[in-house]
Amino acid sequence: MKRTITRLLMAPSVIVLLLWMIIPLSMTIYFSTIHYNLLYPGPTRFVGWLNYDFFITDPAFLTAIGNTTLLVGSVLIITVVLGVALSALIDKPFFGRGIVRVLLISPFFVMPTVNALVWKNMMMNPVYGIFAWIWQSLGLTPIDWLSTYPLFSIIVMVSWQWLPFAILVFVTALQSQDHEQKEAAQMDGATSWHIFRYLTIPHLSRPITVVVMIEAIFLLSVFAQIYVSTNGGPGYSSTNLAYMIYNQALLQFNVGTASAGGLIAVVLANIVAFFLIRAVGKNLTV
Amino acid sequence: MKYFAKTALVIATSCAATMLATDALADTVLTVATVNNGQMIQMQKLTPEFEKANPGIKIKWVTLPETQLRQNLTQDIANKSGLYDIMTIGMYNTPIWAKRGWLSPINTSGKYDVKDLIPSIRQGLSYKDKLYGAPFYGESSMVMYRKDLVEKAGMKITDRDKWTHIEKVAKAINDPKKGIYGICLRGKAGWGANVALVTTIVNSFGGRWFDMKWHPQIDTPEWKKAVTFYVNMLRKYGPPGATSDNFNQDLALFEQGKCGIWVDATIAASFVSNPTESKVADKVAFAQAPYEVTKKGSNWLWSWALAIPVTSKHQADAQKFVRWATSKGYIKLVAKHYGWASVPTGTRESTYANPNFQKAAVFAKAEFTAIKSANPDDSTLKPVPYKGVQFVSIPEFQSIGTITGQMISAALAGKMSVDQALENAQKIAERQMRASGYY
Amino acid sequence: MTLTQQKKLKTVLIGSLAWIIALVLFFPIFWMFLTSFKTEAQAIAFPPELFFKPTLENFAIVQERSDYLYHAMNSVVISFGATIIALIIAIPAAYSMAFFPGKRTKDILLWMLSTKMLPSVGVLVPIYLLSRDYGLLDTRTGLIIIFTLMNLPIIVWMLFSYFKDLPKEILEAARMDGATPWTEVTQVVMPLSVGGIISTGLLSIILCWNEAFWSINLTATNAAPLTAMIASYSSPEGLFWAKLSAASTLACAPIIIFGWFCQKQLVQGLTFGAVK
Repeated sequence: MKRTITRLLMAPSVIVLLLWMIIPLSMTIYFSTIHYNLLYPGPTRFVGWLNYDFFITDPAFLTAIGNTTLLVGSVLIITVVLGVALSALIDKPFFGRGIVRVLLISPFFVMPTVNALVWKNMMMNPVYGIFAWIWQSLGLTPIDWLSTYPLFSIIVMVSWQWLPFAILVFVTALQSQDHEQKEAAQMDGATSWHIFRYLTIPHLSRPITVVVMIEAIFLLSVFAQIYVSTNGGPGYSSTNLAYMIYNQALLQFNVGTASAGGLIAVVLANIVAFFLIRAVGKNLTV
Repeated sequence: MKYFAKTALVIATSCAATMLATDALADTVLTVATVNNGQMIQMQKLTPEFEKANPGIKIKWVTLPETQLRQNLTQDIANKSGLYDIMTIGMYNTPIWAKRGWLSPINTSGKYDVKDLIPSIRQGLSYKDKLYGAPFYGESSMVMYRKDLVEKAGMKITDRDKWTHIEKVAKAINDPKKGIYGICLRGKAGWGANVALVTTIVNSFGGRWFDMKWHPQIDTPEWKKAVTFYVNMLRKYGPPGATSDNFNQDLALFEQGKCGIWVDATIAASFVSNPTESKVADKVAFAQAPYEVTKKGSNWLWSWALAIPVTSKHQADAQKFVRWATSKGYIKLVAKHYGWASVPTGTRESTYANPNFQKAAVFAKAEFTAIKSANPDDSTLKPVPYKGVQFVSIPEFQSIGTITGQMISAALAGKMSVDQALENAQKIAERQMRASGYY
Repeated sequence: MTLTQQKKLKTVLIGSLAWIIALVLFFPIFWMFLTSFKTEAQAIAFPPELFFKPTLENFAIVQERSDYLYHAMNSVVISFGATIIALIIAIPAAYSMAFFPGKRTKDILLWMLSTKMLPSVGVLVPIYLLSRDYGLLDTRTGLIIIFTLMNLPIIVWMLFSYFKDLPKEILEAARMDGATPWTEVTQVVMPLSVGGIISTGLLSIILCWNEAFWSINLTATNAAPLTAMIASYSSPEGLFWAKLSAASTLACAPIIIFGWFCQKQLVQGLTFGAVK
């Protein structure tokens, strides 16, 4: 009886997600085995593994995997470390804390495309951007961020967007920290660092896991920032897997290869997820 | 909390209500997809005039960035969704899509005066001698430069110079300490961005994209020479950050007085000579695009055209609109509202013959010469199987061009040598062509 | 220095540091806002102009060229619609997983999350074809369906971890008092988890509002939300930063202000089980 109800309650979610997964996925699997280009209408033909082969042997493939990993890894580290530090910083009351918190979380509400346009044209432009102005005021030569450090620039933009999310979660978590315990530790002569290291960090372990999991899902398919700012270049230096698939799907309209690429990306994402869960999964009280 | 729940409920019901409300319009609605260029915005603003003259037709606009527009339109037309009645497409897509049978030919009969269209533009938008895209405006590329700086450096730019001479002038003007860069050129990767310009340089150095058997020629000596020339010149005398510069970034630089020479689309002339926007409006002069070994293909040819997909359910009305927006009368209408300096150019010979236009547009003559001299059917020294000056009219070119652009921008950024960049591009192009079954 | 003085000084130092960092991180948004009041020539001026005569011209242009209210209404309808539907589907699932966990619960949750890992661009063509065949292209309904499914896994997961942390004693007490499953849910569980549901909903609204890939690729005129409106201000030939800033300011302002007002609720519910 109870099991039936449980199943009934879960059914809508499971069924729609199953449909959402199976229908496009099976179509994608089918497309990945045929020669299918939107620009060449007419009968399609079965090509077996050719699309996969074409995608994997693409000279950009390995670079794209490296860039994807680097992008996800760096943004995770930056947002978690800075997120913990900043939320600890604003944990205690000070003048205007409410406003500071609002300012800190605002970037999360900005659309990724706008984010990239603002950073590219108004901040990082080497001739009339804000950074160029700061560099010049300091007597330095302005840096051409997007071509000299393309991936780094993308990492900055993406981190700027996701840091507020981390702060949001950590601030919430810190509110629930046991303040009596902290005071007791203080009485015993523990330094702020010790309290942070041995009380706060362990307290945050589960929120950190959550931030890592959710962000990883979104970061694996970062696309808008790259599309708007660097177009994956110069060369392949800021091409990630999502951008590579975009290249196949929407520049060449090669649906077959794009589908193969999408499936390869799913497999890789699941491998990453597997290791992530292994690494941090014990914190997930599921 | 209760407040929140209430608002949510109100919003939910109003959502439901709006979803159920159907459009009770008896009028024919034509959906026009376009890009956000000045001339297209004028067209949007002038549509009430069309709607007044054609009761029963309403126009709805979809404006998107160029690449996004191309994606949405390709999806729509290839999958026969029929969301759009009129599409703004470029010279690259028009013959390809016409060949697929995706476009309806433009009705050019009667008052439309098809013979008035500039021949090169008309040719570029035709397939098997039928016009499939009505040219809305056209452009070529040319040299814009600062008279004052060139004079001060003791140099001279004639009506048509060699690239090597342009480089010398750029070197003489270049003064980065004062924030003046000798030459600004497109460096952003993309088949419509850096590749458009580089292809004209390659053409003028005697190179070509493909030989008669569709084998890519990107690693040939002509290409290496041309690209090495481009990369060296831009690295030495160009602005920092050239790898992310496209038309707009260079326009901003030039208008701020930071560029001595700029080679780009003829349409730029109307911006840089406009004193409300440009700091250097009174110091600009124009010349034809530079050449080197040959003059063939040294200036590009592009046109934004209005086309009608066969999937549109309002063929006759769509024809009416297209004929209106690309007519002589429309150009006069723009002149009446916005002045002769802002009319869409590069489409009709009658525009250039108009004395009012000649007076209002300082760049008229240079632009007309450039557009007329470009020939999409004969733009390379050696024979080629394709059509197009700065592009190759095959579906594969978008991706081959973009990858080549990526490689060139990597060379420009100093991440690899020119030779290596071109060899990479060559390999990818060969792979692509083989996968498409060319050989 | 006395201990209180020392404490005070520390607070001031921490406060100023926090302020500086917050202002730096907020600066790009502020700059975009400022640029929206500049002319196109001022927008590219170097050195950048901080003081200038503001103009409302850009907003006038946006108002004239795009039907802002129509796009905004689309954004509101789509993000609220998708969020409400997703919550209705997700709440029962999360409830049953949290209170009657089975052996497979963990697997089901992780499987749900994994459905989010297929990159959107990889399934564009299948989704496009399905939308076309069911007449969902360029409709609000189409986008609502896609956004619902897109955010469902995260919503289930967030609700699940929130429900899981509800004190079990209260539930047991209610059952002892003879509460039926229905009254248990409506009178005990729901009131206790309002905070979690609201913050989950808020997060989903934000994600929907800012989604640009599907909303641009699957719409034309009828269902285009604000993200599509912004896209129409990028120009291949002609300066557009001031106009784009104005359009972006208009597009982001509702959600930013909404976020500011709701940040207390947002913060309350994002506990992910950290409350013990």
